[in-house]
Amino acid sequence: MIPAAFEYARASSVDEASKLLSKFGEDAKVLAGGHSLIPLMRLRLAQPSALVDINGIKELDHIKEDGHKLRIGALTPHVTIQNSSVVKDKLPLLAEVAGEVGDNQVRNMGTMGGVIAHADAAGDYPTLALILDAEIVTNRRTIPAKDFFKDLFTTALGPDEVVTEVVFPVANGPHKYIKFRRRLFDWAIVGVAAQKMNGGWRIGLTNVGPTPVRANAVEKALHDGAKPEEAAEHASDGLDPAGDLRASPEYKKHLARVLTKRAIQQAQGQ
Amino acid sequence: MAVSQLVGAKIHRREDPRLITGHGHYIDDFTRQGAAHAAFVRSPFAHARIKSIDVTDASKAPGVAGVYTARDFKGQLAGTHPAAPAFVADKKYIPERFPIAEKEACYQGEIVAAVLAETKGQAADAANLIQVVYEELPAVMDLEKAMASGSPKVHEGAADNISWDMTYTGPDVSEAAFKEADVVVKERILQNRLAPVPMEPRGVLAEFETYDKKLTIWMSSQNPHFIRLFVSGAMGLKESQVRVISPDVGGGFGSKISPYPEDYLVPALSRLAERPVKWIETRTESLQNATHGRGQFYDVEVAAKKDGTLLGMRMTQFLDVGAYVGTFSAFQACACLMAGGAYKWKGISARTIGILTNRVPTDPYRGAGRPEATHLVERMVDLVARELKIDPVEIRKKNFIQPQEFPYTQNFGLVVDSGEYARALDVALKLAGYDDLRKRQADLRKQGRYLGIGLSTWIELCGFGPSAATAPATGGIALVESAQVRVTPTGSVIVYTGTHSHGQGHETTFPQIVADQLGVPYESVELRHGDTAEGTAFGYGTYGSRSLAVGGVAISKAVGKVIDKGKKLAAHMLEAAEEDVVYEHGAFHVKGSPDKSKAFGEVAFASYGMNLPEGMEQGLEAVAYFDPPNLVWPFGTHIAVVEVDAETGSAKLEKYIAVDDCGNIINPMIVDGQIHGGIVQGVAQALYEEVVYDDETGQLKTGTLLDYMLPSANEIPPLSLDHTITPSPTNDLGVKGIGEAGTIAASAAVINAVCDALSPLGIKHVDMPASPDRLWKMMKEARQ
Repeated sequence: MIPAAFEYARASSVDEASKLLSKFGEDAKVLAGGHSLIPLMRLRLAQPSALVDINGIKELDHIKEDGHKLRIGALTPHVTIQNSSVVKDKLPLLAEVAGEVGDNQVRNMGTMGGVIAHADAAGDYPTLALILDAEIVTNRRTIPAKDFFKDLFTTALGPDEVVTEVVFPVANGPHKYIKFRRRLFDWAIVGVAAQKMNGGWRIGLTNVGPTPVRANAVEKALHDGAKPEEAAEHASDGLDPAGDLRASPEYKKHLARVLTKRAIQQAQGQ
Repeated sequence: MAVSQLVGAKIHRREDPRLITGHGHYIDDFTRQGAAHAAFVRSPFAHARIKSIDVTDASKAPGVAGVYTARDFKGQLAGTHPAAPAFVADKKYIPERFPIAEKEACYQGEIVAAVLAETKGQAADAANLIQVVYEELPAVMDLEKAMASGSPKVHEGAADNISWDMTYTGPDVSEAAFKEADVVVKERILQNRLAPVPMEPRGVLAEFETYDKKLTIWMSSQNPHFIRLFVSGAMGLKESQVRVISPDVGGGFGSKISPYPEDYLVPALSRLAERPVKWIETRTESLQNATHGRGQFYDVEVAAKKDGTLLGMRMTQFLDVGAYVGTFSAFQACACLMAGGAYKWKGISARTIGILTNRVPTDPYRGAGRPEATHLVERMVDLVARELKIDPVEIRKKNFIQPQEFPYTQNFGLVVDSGEYARALDVALKLAGYDDLRKRQADLRKQGRYLGIGLSTWIELCGFGPSAATAPATGGIALVESAQVRVTPTGSVIVYTGTHSHGQGHETTFPQIVADQLGVPYESVELRHGDTAEGTAFGYGTYGSRSLAVGGVAISKAVGKVIDKGKKLAAHMLEAAEEDVVYEHGAFHVKGSPDKSKAFGEVAFASYGMNLPEGMEQGLEAVAYFDPPNLVWPFGTHIAVVEVDAETGSAKLEKYIAVDDCGNIINPMIVDGQIHGGIVQGVAQALYEEVVYDDETGQLKTGTLLDYMLPSANEIPPLSLDHTITPSPTNDLGVKGIGEAGTIAASAAVINAVCDALSPLGIKHVDMPASPDRLWKMMKEARQ
């Protein structure tokens, strides 16, 4: 539970952070809230050669309304998103999900950019980003969410690339996120997001594969007029989730179906 | 005795302001000048031969003061890990255990090397540089397979994997009962392995003073005196040369009773390196190495008459001992002796088998044997009720030991001191609104929803214990308790006790007793504990809900002796006959002449002066030992209400009612706190927690709190508590233990509720933890 030795540098701008990452090389990691990275380091499952601390870059902590978009700064903590009246008004699904991340301590420290860049299969924001066609903005470019999450803990980010913003569309129609877990502060065993926008349903699944999954077959069935309980039967189409201590692959597929049905029904009931 | 004001009062815990503001003193808060930090290299394999250990790189690493392997400790430590007889006097096989492995590692986490360095980071880094070549051996993980004659052995070269196999009562004892039976129900009941997870992991700081040959150990322990006994013996020191200080202890739940390898190695390292050495357990080390609890299964059969009369039981306990026999491992066999619960039986046949596996040893964990017994009997009674279509309340009432039958000698010869089981059950039923709950259950079932109501009418034996029973069980030392009460010249009172709080609030409750009995202000009474250099010669620690029922009574006896001496002195001061002096409201006065009076403080001051009665020595203090004539027997009824989600299998605890009877209550707030914590640990076993090892490789899969499902406050509904009071006839205070009660009761209540919820599907029994995936699978199979 004692991390291996590492270099540490605090960046005061995104440029500086990028330069520091180049300087330290491939093994360097960005430190934002640290609520995923530091536990991994304490277990020595992650042994970065250096940490580039971006907590001093205050301009990355923001929520901006930009026409039909919401721009969430990478350093914005979950608690700010959870309580933001703008987010509650323009993308209530995101505020609700932020309120279900970890516990109070995690929500005070953990950040939007950290969750996106860490790309844990059980992370909640990546699912939302994927189904809402969000964009991940870095110091170099803008990456569509569908091209961002490559594999377990693997993203399209280059070694000296820093996430600066995540841009979500405005969507305040019917929505629901169901995060199924045994303890309130746990990661999702399976999560399901449902959002009605532009006349159609967007359905996403968390922790049923190495990256978030968009339930295209469910969306199509709903589009074709299926009832929620019928459409939800397609939620496990093509899934091959890994089993773990909490759930077997069969159980995760079952949960994907049940929770999809419930998410749609509950969203409709709003 | 003064009019009671403090006993029974809800006084805030005296220790809380310091503990909740971060001003407590835990082991990691202590340091010594020049201390080196220890890190241990542990076997990554459940079972492996150690071929070679190369310490070259580690020795050269920055800040390293020394690297040590088993050989270095050979001249430092002698003997093997102590294994008390407990409830199995004759064990077949107790593997030799040296605190550090030399040739063979037998569980994942067993220590194979140690490093000392200037900082704990350097020690951890250097530990990673030690190259150990292992040859992996087959890991013995399954209890039934381990018993087979052809099984690989937990220890190479051993004859078998059986540590003990003891029949308390043979099949003949229950034969007549089974012959009479209309029905026999049979079940295998699993007890999931649990990790104790105290908030403060273990830690040892040791300083051996080379010139004085004195050893001081600061460590997080439930019984510092026993540690002094064990460690001094192993190190070849006199007990008088060793001082063990156990300051604030952040929880133990039984896991800080027995000595651990580090408890020997850290002091030995201090002697080897001639400097203080500190080691603080990490959370992962704690989950991996702190003794686990439960880890058993039971094969049980119960015979009953058609009308619900219980007749007989046959049960065998299969207990996963782990790789070595824990010091009090065989205590857990008391599950056999308690298997009859609150009921009358014609005959019980009981056998315990302790089986070695390549896992960390098991040892007492909150309740130790009694939660298992309660779970077993409460499950079986429900199964009989179900079979006979009798309400679970009715079958219990029909078979309870009745109030007029106490003291009641149960099937194993233990004498249950007192009880009024149906009263506690009735209070609980009323509090729960039992009839309404059953109506609600019926309504919900019509909607396809599964609501269950589970009862646990638990009993417990605790307050260890009488010398006649406990001296043979420990190997000679009776688990009595001692206390010293010392009055200073200005009348303040210092109380020394040999029990040791690890969260129970002794600093509050014990002064409540003393202040009442002496009639002095509560604030003038100070409790001292946890330091072998203070107080009486030996203390016996805190476990088995014994602190109040044994230690508290010893304190009360010592106070009595102080009052007796005070009377003699007051009589002399008042020029009255001793038998005419009475002590009331903090003053000694002559019977019938309240104006002829000396306050307690005046007498205390005078006791240090010159005008004493002929032959009286100065000072006002006394030592008392209390050897309880019997154990004490708390009881109660817990009711759990659980809804199982018909689609996901998620079991939600909706409501929890607990009516407990621990005799007279010193501080109701502390009793409720104990019940709260206990219930949560029982609920945790029923629904959440399980130590999981890989079945083949023996790798621990639950090595962090992300994987080990310790629930949080979020998962627990408000708990509705009430009490009945049936004073214990066993001691003058009329008290019984309460520290373990919640845990003893809760798992059965919750699982009975889960089984009741799923009864429309024909599901009769559910193993723990009743996790959503397990219940979903069972429901799915039941529906097919």
